[in-house]
Amino acid sequence: MMYYLGLISEYLKNYMKSRLTYRADFWVEVVSDLLFQATNLIFILVIFMHTDSLGGWSENEVVFVYGFFMVPYGLFSCFVNLWNFSERYIVKGELDRVMTRPAHNLFQIFLENVDPPALVGSAIGLVIMGISGAQMDLHMAWWFIPALIIMSLSAVAIYTGIYTILTSISFFSDAPTGIIPLMYNMQSYGRYPVTIYNRAIQVVLTWILPFAFVGVYPASLFLHREDMQHMALLTPVMGAVFLTLGLLAWNFGIRRYRGAGS
Amino acid sequence: MLSVYTDFIRIRFLTMLAYRVNYYTGILIYSMNIGVYYFTYKAIYGDAGSIGGFSAAQMTTYVAVSWMARAFYFNNLDREISTEIRDGSIAIQMIRPYNYVLVKVMQGLGEGMFRFLLFMIPGMAIAMLLFPVTLPTDPVAWISFLVMLFFSFLINTQINIITGLTAFFVENNEGMMRMKRVVVDLFSGLILPISLFPGWLATFAQWLPFQAITYLPGSVFTGRVKGVGIWNVLGIQIIWLIVLLVPMIIIWRLARRRLFVQGG
Repeated sequence: MMYYLGLISEYLKNYMKSRLTYRADFWVEVVSDLLFQATNLIFILVIFMHTDSLGGWSENEVVFVYGFFMVPYGLFSCFVNLWNFSERYIVKGELDRVMTRPAHNLFQIFLENVDPPALVGSAIGLVIMGISGAQMDLHMAWWFIPALIIMSLSAVAIYTGIYTILTSISFFSDAPTGIIPLMYNMQSYGRYPVTIYNRAIQVVLTWILPFAFVGVYPASLFLHREDMQHMALLTPVMGAVFLTLGLLAWNFGIRRYRGAGS
Repeated sequence: MLSVYTDFIRIRFLTMLAYRVNYYTGILIYSMNIGVYYFTYKAIYGDAGSIGGFSAAQMTTYVAVSWMARAFYFNNLDREISTEIRDGSIAIQMIRPYNYVLVKVMQGLGEGMFRFLLFMIPGMAIAMLLFPVTLPTDPVAWISFLVMLFFSFLINTQINIITGLTAFFVENNEGMMRMKRVVVDLFSGLILPISLFPGWLATFAQWLPFQAITYLPGSVFTGRVKGVGIWNVLGIQIIWLIVLLVPMIIIWRLARRRLFVQGG
Protein backbone atom coordinates (compact mmCIF):
# COMPACT_ATOMS: atom_id res chain seq x y z
CA MET A 1 0.00 0.00 0.00
CA MET A 2 2.74 2.45 0.99
CA TYR A 3 4.51 1.48 -2.21
CA TYR A 4 1.52 2.50 -4.28
CA LEU A 5 1.04 5.78 -2.41
CA GLY A 6 4.71 6.54 -3.01
CA LEU A 7 4.21 5.93 -6.71
CA ILE A 8 1.32 8.37 -6.80
CA SER A 9 3.42 11.17 -5.35
CA GLU A 10 6.35 10.40 -7.65
CA TYR A 11 4.14 10.52 -10.73
CA LEU A 12 2.51 13.76 -9.60
CA LYS A 13 5.93 15.32 -9.07
CA ASN A 14 6.92 14.28 -12.55
CA TYR A 15 3.70 15.68 -13.91
CA MET A 16 4.34 19.05 -12.29
CA LYS A 17 7.88 19.20 -13.66
CA SER A 18 6.83 18.55 -17.23
CA ARG A 19 3.84 20.84 -16.89
CA LEU A 20 5.70 23.83 -15.56
CA THR A 21 7.42 24.17 -18.91
CA TYR A 22 4.07 24.91 -20.51
CA ARG A 23 2.63 26.99 -17.69
CA ALA A 24 0.25 29.09 -19.73
CA ASP A 25 -1.19 26.01 -21.33
CA PHE A 26 -2.07 24.54 -17.93
CA TRP A 27 -4.34 27.50 -17.24
CA VAL A 28 -5.84 27.53 -20.69
CA GLU A 29 -6.77 23.91 -20.12
CA VAL A 30 -8.37 24.72 -16.76
CA VAL A 31 -10.31 27.58 -18.31
CA SER A 32 -11.53 25.52 -21.25
CA ASP A 33 -12.65 22.73 -18.91
CA LEU A 34 -14.56 25.25 -16.84
CA LEU A 35 -16.07 26.81 -19.92
CA PHE A 36 -17.41 23.41 -20.90
CA GLN A 37 -19.00 22.99 -17.46
CA ALA A 38 -20.28 26.56 -17.73
CA THR A 39 -22.18 25.80 -20.94
CA ASN A 40 -23.97 22.93 -19.20
CA LEU A 41 -24.79 25.22 -16.33
CA ILE A 42 -25.97 27.96 -18.70
CA PHE A 43 -28.21 25.36 -20.32
CA ILE A 44 -29.83 24.57 -16.96
CA LEU A 45 -30.17 28.24 -16.01
CA VAL A 46 -31.70 29.21 -19.35
CA ILE A 47 -34.07 26.24 -19.25
CA PHE A 48 -35.41 27.39 -15.90
CA MET A 49 -36.10 30.83 -17.26
CA HIS A 50 -38.83 29.12 -19.27
CA THR A 51 -40.16 26.59 -16.77
CA ASP A 52 -40.51 26.15 -13.01
CA SER A 53 -39.71 22.49 -12.76
CA LEU A 54 -38.04 19.74 -14.69
CA GLY A 55 -39.75 16.42 -14.02
CA GLY A 56 -40.75 17.66 -10.57
CA TRP A 57 -37.34 19.13 -9.70
CA SER A 58 -36.75 22.81 -9.01
CA GLU A 59 -33.95 24.90 -10.49
CA ASN A 60 -31.87 24.83 -7.32
CA GLU A 61 -32.25 21.09 -7.07
CA VAL A 62 -31.13 20.53 -10.66
CA VAL A 63 -28.19 22.89 -10.21
CA PHE A 64 -27.29 21.08 -6.98
CA VAL A 65 -27.35 17.73 -8.82
CA TYR A 66 -25.07 19.20 -11.46
CA GLY A 67 -22.72 20.50 -8.76
CA PHE A 68 -22.55 17.05 -7.22
CA PHE A 69 -22.02 15.49 -10.64
CA MET A 70 -18.94 17.67 -11.15
CA VAL A 71 -17.21 16.42 -7.97
CA PRO A 72 -16.76 12.72 -8.85
CA TYR A 73 -16.40 13.60 -12.53
CA GLY A 74 -13.38 15.80 -11.77
CA LEU A 75 -11.81 13.09 -9.61
CA PHE A 76 -12.44 10.52 -12.30
CA SER A 77 -11.01 12.69 -15.08
CA CYS A 78 -7.95 13.40 -12.99
CA PHE A 79 -7.04 9.87 -11.95
CA VAL A 80 -8.70 7.59 -14.49
CA ASN A 81 -8.06 8.59 -18.05
CA LEU A 82 -8.43 5.74 -20.53
CA TRP A 83 -9.43 7.93 -23.47
CA ASN A 84 -6.41 7.10 -25.65
CA PHE A 85 -5.66 3.66 -24.26
CA SER A 86 -6.05 1.70 -27.46
CA GLU A 87 -3.95 4.05 -29.62
CA ARG A 88 -1.22 4.69 -27.11
CA TYR A 89 -0.78 1.36 -25.36
CA ILE A 90 -1.89 -1.28 -27.83
CA VAL A 91 -1.29 0.22 -31.28
CA LYS A 92 1.98 1.91 -30.29
CA GLY A 93 2.91 -0.99 -28.03
CA GLU A 94 3.57 0.94 -24.82
CA LEU A 95 1.79 -1.74 -22.86
CA ASP A 96 4.87 -3.96 -23.21
CA ARG A 97 6.89 -1.44 -21.22
CA VAL A 98 4.21 -1.19 -18.53
CA MET A 99 3.95 -4.94 -18.13
CA THR A 100 7.62 -5.44 -17.34
CA ARG A 101 7.24 -3.39 -14.18
CA PRO A 102 6.22 -4.65 -10.73
CA ALA A 103 3.21 -2.40 -9.99
CA HIS A 104 -0.19 -3.46 -11.31
CA ASN A 105 -0.43 -2.53 -14.98
CA LEU A 106 -3.82 -0.80 -14.82
CA PHE A 107 -2.63 1.30 -11.88
CA GLN A 108 0.44 2.41 -13.82
CA ILE A 109 -1.68 3.36 -16.82
CA PHE A 110 -3.91 5.48 -14.60
CA LEU A 111 -0.87 7.21 -13.12
CA GLU A 112 0.77 7.86 -16.47
CA ASN A 113 -2.32 9.76 -17.56
CA VAL A 114 -3.10 11.85 -14.48
CA ASP A 115 -4.70 15.16 -15.33
CA PRO A 116 -4.74 17.42 -12.24
CA PRO A 117 -6.38 20.42 -13.98
CA ALA A 118 -9.59 18.37 -13.91
CA LEU A 119 -9.68 18.70 -10.11
CA VAL A 120 -10.56 22.37 -10.46
CA GLY A 121 -13.91 21.13 -11.78
CA SER A 122 -14.48 19.18 -8.56
CA ALA A 123 -13.76 22.27 -6.49
CA ILE A 124 -16.20 24.35 -8.55
CA GLY A 125 -18.74 21.56 -8.13
CA LEU A 126 -18.49 21.89 -4.35
CA VAL A 127 -18.98 25.64 -4.61
CA ILE A 128 -22.06 25.15 -6.81
CA MET A 129 -23.49 22.65 -4.30
CA GLY A 130 -22.84 25.16 -1.53
CA ILE A 131 -24.53 28.06 -3.33
CA SER A 132 -27.61 26.17 -4.50
CA GLY A 133 -27.85 24.40 -1.14
CA ALA A 134 -27.81 27.73 0.67
CA GLN A 135 -30.57 29.07 -1.56
CA MET A 136 -32.73 26.09 -0.66
CA ASP A 137 -31.95 26.49 3.06
CA LEU A 138 -30.49 23.04 3.03
CA HIS A 139 -29.35 22.34 6.56
CA MET A 140 -25.86 21.05 6.82
CA ALA A 141 -26.15 17.84 8.82
CA TRP A 142 -23.16 16.17 10.48
CA TRP A 143 -23.28 13.27 8.03
CA PHE A 144 -23.01 15.45 4.93
CA ILE A 145 -19.25 15.43 4.62
CA PRO A 146 -18.66 11.70 5.23
CA ALA A 147 -21.62 10.92 2.96
CA LEU A 148 -20.24 13.23 0.27
CA ILE A 149 -16.89 11.46 0.41
CA ILE A 150 -18.46 8.00 0.26
CA MET A 151 -20.87 8.94 -2.54
CA SER A 152 -18.15 10.64 -4.60
CA LEU A 153 -15.79 7.70 -4.25
CA SER A 154 -18.58 5.27 -5.15
CA ALA A 155 -19.41 7.34 -8.21
CA VAL A 156 -15.75 7.34 -9.24
CA ALA A 157 -15.77 3.55 -8.76
CA ILE A 158 -18.78 3.27 -11.06
CA TYR A 159 -17.13 5.40 -13.74
CA THR A 160 -13.89 3.46 -13.41
CA GLY A 161 -15.73 0.15 -13.62
CA ILE A 162 -17.70 1.08 -16.73
CA TYR A 163 -14.74 2.56 -18.58
CA THR A 164 -12.41 -0.27 -17.61
CA ILE A 165 -14.87 -2.83 -18.93
CA LEU A 166 -15.20 -0.90 -22.17
CA THR A 167 -11.46 -0.41 -22.52
CA SER A 168 -10.90 -4.13 -21.98
CA ILE A 169 -12.74 -4.69 -25.24
CA SER A 170 -9.71 -3.30 -27.05
CA PHE A 171 -7.79 -6.43 -26.05
CA PHE A 172 -10.15 -8.41 -28.21
CA SER A 173 -10.73 -6.09 -31.13
CA ASP A 174 -7.89 -4.49 -33.04
CA ALA A 175 -9.69 -1.50 -34.40
CA PRO A 176 -10.58 1.43 -32.16
CA THR A 177 -14.23 0.85 -31.40
CA GLY A 178 -15.55 4.34 -30.79
CA ILE A 179 -17.50 3.05 -27.83
CA ILE A 180 -15.76 5.32 -25.34
CA PRO A 181 -16.87 8.60 -26.92
CA LEU A 182 -20.32 7.05 -27.05
CA MET A 183 -20.28 6.59 -23.30
CA TYR A 184 -19.13 10.13 -22.67
CA ASN A 185 -22.41 11.17 -24.22
CA MET A 186 -24.43 8.64 -22.23
CA GLN A 187 -23.12 10.35 -19.09
CA SER A 188 -25.03 13.49 -19.82
CA TYR A 189 -28.26 11.56 -19.37
CA GLY A 190 -27.29 10.99 -15.73
CA ARG A 191 -27.07 14.68 -14.89
CA TYR A 192 -30.77 15.41 -15.10
CA PRO A 193 -33.59 13.93 -13.00
CA VAL A 194 -33.98 10.47 -14.56
CA THR A 195 -37.75 10.75 -14.20
CA ILE A 196 -37.92 12.86 -17.36
CA TYR A 197 -36.81 9.93 -19.53
CA ASN A 198 -38.94 7.09 -20.74
CA ARG A 199 -38.98 3.82 -18.85
CA ALA A 200 -36.46 1.98 -21.04
CA ILE A 201 -33.82 4.71 -20.69
CA GLN A 202 -34.42 4.85 -16.93
CA VAL A 203 -33.73 1.11 -16.62
CA VAL A 204 -30.56 1.39 -18.70
CA LEU A 205 -29.29 4.34 -16.67
CA THR A 206 -30.00 2.56 -13.40
CA TRP A 207 -28.92 -1.02 -13.93
CA ILE A 208 -26.97 -1.46 -17.17
CA LEU A 209 -24.91 1.71 -17.57
CA PRO A 210 -25.63 3.17 -14.15
CA PHE A 211 -24.87 6.80 -14.91
CA ALA A 212 -27.83 7.83 -12.79
CA PHE A 213 -25.70 6.74 -9.82
CA VAL A 214 -23.01 9.32 -10.54
CA GLY A 215 -25.38 12.27 -10.39
CA VAL A 216 -29.02 12.36 -9.61
CA TYR A 217 -29.38 9.38 -7.21
CA PRO A 218 -26.58 10.20 -4.77
CA ALA A 219 -27.42 13.91 -4.91
CA SER A 220 -31.00 13.15 -3.89
CA LEU A 221 -29.69 11.96 -0.53
CA PHE A 222 -28.48 15.47 0.32
CA LEU A 223 -31.64 17.01 -1.09
CA HIS A 224 -33.81 14.80 1.14
CA ARG A 225 -35.79 13.64 -1.87
CA GLU A 226 -37.69 10.69 -0.53
CA ASP A 227 -38.53 9.32 -3.98
CA MET A 228 -34.90 8.52 -4.63
CA GLN A 229 -33.18 8.23 -1.28
CA HIS A 230 -33.33 4.46 -1.24
CA MET A 231 -31.54 4.48 -4.63
CA ALA A 232 -28.90 6.82 -3.20
CA LEU A 233 -28.05 4.26 -0.53
CA LEU A 234 -27.40 1.71 -3.26
CA THR A 235 -24.63 3.88 -4.76
CA PRO A 236 -21.73 2.30 -2.79
CA VAL A 237 -23.04 -1.17 -3.66
CA MET A 238 -23.17 -0.31 -7.36
CA GLY A 239 -19.69 1.19 -7.08
CA ALA A 240 -18.29 -2.00 -5.56
CA VAL A 241 -20.05 -4.21 -8.11
CA PHE A 242 -18.94 -2.24 -11.16
CA LEU A 243 -15.39 -1.74 -9.96
CA THR A 244 -15.09 -5.49 -9.40
CA LEU A 245 -16.54 -6.23 -12.82
CA GLY A 246 -14.14 -3.75 -14.36
CA LEU A 247 -11.08 -5.30 -12.74
CA LEU A 248 -12.22 -8.82 -13.66
CA ALA A 249 -12.75 -7.78 -17.29
CA TRP A 250 -9.36 -6.09 -17.36
CA ASN A 251 -7.47 -9.02 -15.86
CA PHE A 252 -9.24 -11.40 -18.19
CA GLY A 253 -8.46 -9.21 -21.19
CA ILE A 254 -4.83 -8.54 -20.41
CA ARG A 255 -4.12 -12.27 -20.25
CA ARG A 256 -5.10 -12.34 -23.92
CA TYR A 257 -2.70 -9.53 -24.77
CA ARG A 258 0.08 -10.67 -27.06
CA GLY A 259 1.72 -7.40 -28.01
CA ALA A 260 1.65 -5.74 -31.39
CA GLY A 261 4.40 -6.37 -33.93
CA SER A 262 6.98 -3.64 -34.52
CA MET B 1 -5.12 24.64 -61.78
CA LEU B 2 -8.64 24.17 -60.55
CA SER B 3 -8.37 20.42 -61.00
CA VAL B 4 -5.59 20.33 -58.40
CA TYR B 5 -8.03 21.61 -55.83
CA THR B 6 -10.91 19.38 -56.88
CA ASP B 7 -8.53 16.44 -56.55
CA PHE B 8 -8.10 17.33 -52.88
CA ILE B 9 -11.87 17.08 -52.45
CA ARG B 10 -11.93 13.70 -54.15
CA ILE B 11 -8.95 12.26 -52.26
CA ARG B 12 -10.31 13.30 -48.88
CA PHE B 13 -13.71 11.87 -49.74
CA LEU B 14 -12.15 8.52 -50.65
CA THR B 15 -9.97 8.51 -47.53
CA MET B 16 -13.01 9.06 -45.37
CA LEU B 17 -14.83 6.32 -47.24
CA ALA B 18 -12.07 3.86 -46.36
CA TYR B 19 -12.70 4.46 -42.66
CA ARG B 20 -16.45 4.67 -42.84
CA VAL B 21 -17.12 2.09 -40.12
CA ASN B 22 -16.03 4.63 -37.51
CA TYR B 23 -18.94 6.77 -38.58
CA TYR B 24 -21.63 4.32 -37.60
CA THR B 25 -20.84 4.96 -33.95
CA GLY B 26 -20.86 8.65 -34.78
CA ILE B 27 -24.47 8.40 -35.89
CA LEU B 28 -25.34 6.71 -32.59
CA ILE B 29 -23.55 9.42 -30.62
CA TYR B 30 -25.48 12.16 -32.39
CA SER B 31 -28.78 10.33 -31.90
CA MET B 32 -28.04 10.09 -28.20
CA ASN B 33 -27.29 13.78 -27.97
CA ILE B 34 -30.56 14.51 -29.70
CA GLY B 35 -32.19 12.20 -27.15
CA VAL B 36 -30.87 14.12 -24.13
CA TYR B 37 -32.18 17.40 -25.47
CA TYR B 38 -35.42 15.89 -26.75
CA PHE B 39 -36.36 14.51 -23.33
CA THR B 40 -35.25 17.63 -21.53
CA TYR B 41 -37.34 19.86 -23.79
CA LYS B 42 -40.27 17.47 -23.48
CA ALA B 43 -40.14 17.88 -19.71
CA ILE B 44 -39.92 21.67 -20.04
CA TYR B 45 -42.76 22.04 -22.46
CA GLY B 46 -45.23 19.93 -20.52
CA ASP B 47 -48.39 21.77 -21.52
CA ALA B 48 -46.74 25.02 -22.58
CA GLY B 49 -47.62 25.94 -26.16
CA SER B 50 -44.54 27.81 -27.24
CA ILE B 51 -41.18 28.74 -25.73
CA GLY B 52 -38.86 31.26 -27.34
CA GLY B 53 -41.01 31.22 -30.47
CA PHE B 54 -40.69 27.45 -30.88
CA SER B 55 -43.57 25.02 -30.50
CA ALA B 56 -42.71 21.66 -28.95
CA ALA B 57 -42.75 19.99 -32.37
CA GLN B 58 -40.58 22.71 -33.87
CA MET B 59 -38.12 22.35 -31.00
CA THR B 60 -37.74 18.61 -31.61
CA THR B 61 -37.11 19.28 -35.28
CA TYR B 62 -34.71 22.10 -34.46
CA VAL B 63 -32.68 19.87 -32.13
CA ALA B 64 -32.52 17.01 -34.64
CA VAL B 65 -31.66 19.26 -37.58
CA SER B 66 -29.03 21.21 -35.64
CA TRP B 67 -27.16 18.07 -34.62
CA MET B 68 -27.40 16.58 -38.06
CA ALA B 69 -26.23 19.82 -39.65
CA ARG B 70 -23.27 19.68 -37.29
CA ALA B 71 -22.58 16.19 -38.62
CA PHE B 72 -22.08 17.88 -41.98
CA TYR B 73 -20.19 21.06 -41.19
CA PHE B 74 -18.03 19.71 -38.37
CA ASN B 75 -14.39 18.97 -39.18
CA ASN B 76 -11.04 18.71 -37.46
CA LEU B 77 -9.15 21.12 -39.69
CA ASP B 78 -7.98 23.09 -36.64
CA ARG B 79 -6.31 19.99 -35.22
CA GLU B 80 -4.85 18.99 -38.59
CA ILE B 81 -3.35 22.42 -39.15
CA SER B 82 -1.86 22.70 -35.68
CA THR B 83 -0.36 19.21 -35.95
CA GLU B 84 1.19 20.10 -39.31
CA ILE B 85 2.59 23.29 -37.84
CA ARG B 86 4.08 21.54 -34.84
CA ASP B 87 5.65 18.60 -36.65
CA GLY B 88 6.94 20.90 -39.36
CA SER B 89 5.29 19.21 -42.32
CA ILE B 90 3.64 22.54 -43.10
CA ALA B 91 7.03 23.79 -44.34
CA ILE B 92 6.93 21.32 -47.23
CA GLN B 93 3.37 22.30 -48.07
CA MET B 94 4.24 25.97 -48.10
CA ILE B 95 6.73 25.56 -50.93
CA ARG B 96 4.35 23.58 -53.07
CA PRO B 97 2.58 25.41 -55.88
CA TYR B 98 -0.77 25.69 -54.21
CA ASN B 99 -2.40 27.76 -51.52
CA TYR B 100 -2.23 25.84 -48.26
CA VAL B 101 -5.33 27.43 -46.74
CA LEU B 102 -7.39 26.79 -49.86
CA VAL B 103 -6.23 23.17 -49.89
CA LYS B 104 -7.46 22.81 -46.31
CA VAL B 105 -10.85 24.20 -47.30
CA MET B 106 -11.04 21.68 -50.14
CA GLN B 107 -10.09 18.80 -47.87
CA GLY B 108 -12.75 19.99 -45.46
CA LEU B 109 -15.23 20.02 -48.32
CA GLY B 110 -14.34 16.46 -49.26
CA GLU B 111 -14.92 15.46 -45.66
CA GLY B 112 -18.15 17.46 -45.59
CA MET B 113 -19.46 15.69 -48.69
CA PHE B 114 -18.67 12.35 -47.12
CA ARG B 115 -20.36 13.35 -43.88
CA PHE B 116 -23.38 14.67 -45.76
CA LEU B 117 -23.96 11.41 -47.63
CA LEU B 118 -22.94 8.82 -45.06
CA PHE B 119 -23.56 10.59 -41.79
CA MET B 120 -26.13 13.36 -42.03
CA ILE B 121 -28.67 11.66 -44.29
CA PRO B 122 -28.74 8.22 -42.57
CA GLY B 123 -28.48 9.96 -39.20
CA MET B 124 -31.49 12.09 -39.97
CA ALA B 125 -33.43 8.98 -41.00
CA ILE B 126 -32.63 7.33 -37.67
CA ALA B 127 -33.48 10.49 -35.72
CA MET B 128 -36.84 10.58 -37.50
CA LEU B 129 -37.55 7.01 -36.48
CA LEU B 130 -36.70 7.69 -32.83
CA PHE B 131 -38.12 11.16 -32.31
CA PRO B 132 -41.20 12.96 -33.63
CA VAL B 133 -39.35 15.13 -36.15
CA THR B 134 -41.51 16.94 -38.67
CA LEU B 135 -39.83 18.00 -41.89
CA PRO B 136 -41.05 21.10 -43.72
CA THR B 137 -43.19 20.64 -46.81
CA ASP B 138 -42.32 23.99 -48.32
CA PRO B 139 -39.67 23.50 -51.05
CA VAL B 140 -38.38 27.04 -50.39
CA ALA B 141 -37.45 26.00 -46.83
CA TRP B 142 -35.59 22.98 -48.17
CA ILE B 143 -33.66 24.80 -50.87
CA SER B 144 -32.72 27.74 -48.68
CA PHE B 145 -31.70 25.40 -45.87
CA LEU B 146 -29.37 23.44 -48.14
CA VAL B 147 -27.79 26.63 -49.46
CA MET B 148 -27.36 27.95 -45.91
CA LEU B 149 -25.88 24.66 -44.83
CA PHE B 150 -23.10 25.22 -47.32
CA PHE B 151 -22.43 28.65 -45.85
CA SER B 152 -22.48 27.12 -42.35
CA PHE B 153 -19.73 24.83 -43.52
CA LEU B 154 -17.68 27.70 -44.95
CA ILE B 155 -18.01 29.88 -41.85
CA ASN B 156 -17.24 27.02 -39.49
CA THR B 157 -14.25 26.07 -41.63
CA GLN B 158 -12.92 29.63 -41.53
CA ILE B 159 -13.18 29.61 -37.74
CA ASN B 160 -11.39 26.25 -37.62
CA ILE B 161 -8.60 27.47 -39.87
CA ILE B 162 -8.09 30.61 -37.80
CA THR B 163 -7.96 28.50 -34.62
CA GLY B 164 -5.55 26.03 -36.20
CA LEU B 165 -3.22 28.76 -37.44
CA THR B 166 -2.82 30.15 -33.92
CA ALA B 167 -0.40 27.25 -33.42
CA PHE B 168 2.09 29.48 -35.20
CA PHE B 169 2.01 31.92 -32.33
CA VAL B 170 1.47 29.78 -29.22
CA GLU B 171 3.43 26.59 -28.76
CA ASN B 172 0.46 24.53 -27.66
CA ASN B 173 -3.00 25.54 -28.81
CA GLU B 174 -4.82 22.49 -27.43
CA GLY B 175 -6.72 24.60 -24.90
CA MET B 176 -7.59 27.15 -27.56
CA MET B 177 -9.09 24.46 -29.78
CA ARG B 178 -11.15 23.05 -26.93
CA MET B 179 -12.35 26.50 -26.02
CA LYS B 180 -13.34 27.17 -29.61
CA ARG B 181 -15.41 23.99 -29.70
CA VAL B 182 -17.30 24.94 -26.55
CA VAL B 183 -17.89 28.50 -27.72
CA VAL B 184 -19.11 27.35 -31.14
CA ASP B 185 -21.49 24.76 -29.66
CA LEU B 186 -22.99 27.29 -27.27
CA PHE B 187 -23.19 30.42 -29.39
CA SER B 188 -24.15 28.67 -32.62
CA GLY B 189 -27.41 27.71 -30.93
CA LEU B 190 -26.68 23.99 -31.02
CA ILE B 191 -27.20 23.47 -27.30
CA LEU B 192 -29.89 26.11 -26.92
CA PRO B 193 -31.72 28.10 -29.60
CA ILE B 194 -30.58 31.70 -29.24
CA SER B 195 -34.18 32.93 -28.87
CA LEU B 196 -34.22 31.16 -25.49
CA PHE B 197 -31.20 33.09 -24.21
CA PRO B 198 -31.87 35.94 -21.79
CA GLY B 199 -32.02 39.30 -23.62
CA TRP B 200 -28.46 40.54 -23.04
CA LEU B 201 -26.91 37.18 -23.91
CA ALA B 202 -29.04 36.90 -27.04
CA THR B 203 -27.92 40.37 -28.13
CA PHE B 204 -24.32 39.37 -27.48
CA ALA B 205 -24.78 36.18 -29.52
CA GLN B 206 -26.27 38.13 -32.41
CA TRP B 207 -23.05 40.10 -32.77
CA LEU B 208 -21.00 36.93 -33.11
CA PRO B 209 -20.51 34.89 -36.28
CA PHE B 210 -21.51 31.60 -34.64
CA GLN B 211 -25.28 32.03 -34.90
CA ALA B 212 -24.90 31.88 -38.67
CA ILE B 213 -23.65 28.30 -38.34
CA THR B 214 -26.62 26.58 -36.70
CA TYR B 215 -29.28 28.86 -35.31
CA LEU B 216 -30.19 30.86 -38.41
CA PRO B 217 -30.41 27.92 -40.85
CA GLY B 218 -32.30 25.93 -38.21
CA SER B 219 -34.80 28.76 -37.83
CA VAL B 220 -35.45 28.71 -41.56
CA PHE B 221 -35.82 24.94 -41.66
CA THR B 222 -38.33 24.83 -38.80
CA GLY B 223 -40.39 27.54 -40.48
CA ARG B 224 -39.85 30.24 -37.84
CA VAL B 225 -38.26 32.44 -40.46
CA LYS B 226 -40.05 32.80 -43.77
CA GLY B 227 -40.16 35.03 -46.86
CA VAL B 228 -37.94 38.09 -46.70
CA GLY B 229 -36.43 36.80 -43.47
CA ILE B 230 -34.70 34.07 -45.45
CA TRP B 231 -32.82 36.67 -47.49
CA ASN B 232 -31.77 38.42 -44.30
CA VAL B 233 -30.34 35.19 -42.96
CA LEU B 234 -28.47 34.56 -46.17
CA GLY B 235 -27.18 38.14 -46.06
CA ILE B 236 -25.87 37.68 -42.52
CA GLN B 237 -24.08 34.51 -43.55
CA ILE B 238 -22.45 36.19 -46.55
CA ILE B 239 -21.36 39.17 -44.44
CA TRP B 240 -19.69 36.89 -41.90
CA LEU B 241 -18.06 34.88 -44.65
CA ILE B 242 -16.42 38.06 -45.95
CA VAL B 243 -15.62 39.52 -42.53
CA LEU B 244 -13.88 36.33 -41.39
CA LEU B 245 -11.67 36.35 -44.46
CA VAL B 246 -9.83 39.35 -43.02
CA PRO B 247 -8.38 37.75 -39.84
CA MET B 248 -7.74 34.54 -41.74
CA ILE B 249 -5.62 36.26 -44.37
CA ILE B 250 -3.83 38.47 -41.84
CA ILE B 251 -2.94 35.52 -39.59
CA TRP B 252 -1.76 33.50 -42.57
CA ARG B 253 0.46 36.35 -43.81
CA LEU B 254 1.97 36.92 -40.36
CA ALA B 255 2.35 33.20 -39.80
CA ARG B 256 4.41 32.59 -42.89
CA ARG B 257 6.98 35.02 -41.61
CA ARG B 258 7.38 33.44 -38.21
CA LEU B 259 7.32 29.72 -38.81
CA PHE B 260 9.61 27.90 -36.42
CA VAL B 261 9.48 24.16 -36.23
CA GLN B 262 9.50 22.42 -32.88
CA GLY B 263 11.56 19.28 -33.21
CA GLY B 264 10.85 17.06 -36.16
